[in-house]
Amino acid sequence: MNHDELDAELDSFGDALASATRVTPGNALRPEDIAVGGAKPSEDVARYALTLGDDALILAQRLSHWISRAPELEEDIALGNIALDVLGHARSFLTYAGLAWDKTEDDLAYWREEDDFTSLWIVEQPNGHFGVTIIRQLIVSIFQHLLYSKLTESADETLAAICAKAVKEVDYHRDHAIQWTVRLGLGTEESAAKMRHALEILWPYVDEMFQDQELHRKLDGIAVLPSSLREDWDKEITAVLADSGLEIPKTGQAMANGRGGEHSEHLGFILAEMQVLARKHPGASW
Amino acid sequence: MSQQSNWPLWEVFVRSSRGLSHVHAGSLHAPDAQMAVRNARDLYTRRNEGVSLWVVKSEDIISSDPDEKDAFFESPQGKDYRHATYYKASEGVKHL
Repeated sequence: MNHDELDAELDSFGDALASATRVTPGNALRPEDIAVGGAKPSEDVARYALTLGDDALILAQRLSHWISRAPELEEDIALGNIALDVLGHARSFLTYAGLAWDKTEDDLAYWREEDDFTSLWIVEQPNGHFGVTIIRQLIVSIFQHLLYSKLTESADETLAAICAKAVKEVDYHRDHAIQWTVRLGLGTEESAAKMRHALEILWPYVDEMFQDQELHRKLDGIAVLPSSLREDWDKEITAVLADSGLEIPKTGQAMANGRGGEHSEHLGFILAEMQVLARKHPGASW
Repeated sequence: MSQQSNWPLWEVFVRSSRGLSHVHAGSLHAPDAQMAVRNARDLYTRRNEGVSLWVVKSEDIISSDPDEKDAFFESPQGKDYRHATYYKASEGVKHL
């Protein structure tokens, strides 16, 4: 057998060989599946899914702003990946919520006003320098990791399925934030000072994350009481900060009421940028 | 961006599925090994390319010298007898 014959023989195995290395998207619950096959949620479940979706949507919008601006090329892609993961969670939650009101994810993202958004204040806080974004990620991703872990046991099957996918992703986001917090906290004097500053400006938005609402109590077995996550969250973040030579700052707490549609001055600007294209060209597609 | 030169270069090897070898995928900059493997995850496995990653500091890889190519790699050329296809099965061997 000469080389040409050998090549021909290898080619004949083509499909079998390729199948071992072929790259496929894999299987996971997608927003498109929820839109087509998802059970219609009750009004209360939809309102709850909306809060989770709004947190994710606004955080994704904030994180996407880092694309092309991160301190390193590798970090640019890391933050972009995280933003896309979080946007994916937003799409699933909003798609599911929208089924209750015959609205699409886009209707909810682009055609609601500022006071219709139920997101937490922490996610709308400005990116600031890299350390501020990392501390915001640390605060939010530890929270989301605990929350989504518990929601995988929700009596609402769609919420449980969305969270089963999302929890693995926020686990990585949490790890990413921890890695950087440790390195910057123990880095140079300047990096440590910047991390302390980041903690001071973001800590006032921590308590809001753990406030129970009437809606949470009504959805017993479906929703998770945010206050039930506080102890684990405190323990985890305190340990990370201790490993990083940092500590919880002594700050007051903001009178935040994002769940009630009252927002800090930042959300309006975020929405203006996020919604302008959809509103200028309604129904446009490509 | 000016800091990038302070970060060492790492070579990334990805195993696409169980049973296959790790294959060189490319390189990246990272401050340390732990971050290198995370950056590798973000850069080289975002389309479901891998189930396992190795990172190695580029400076730790000892490579053959391109100038020594003739001395290193030309010797096997023309030595057909080193390939199984060179040999004919003996008539007496029926099931080869």
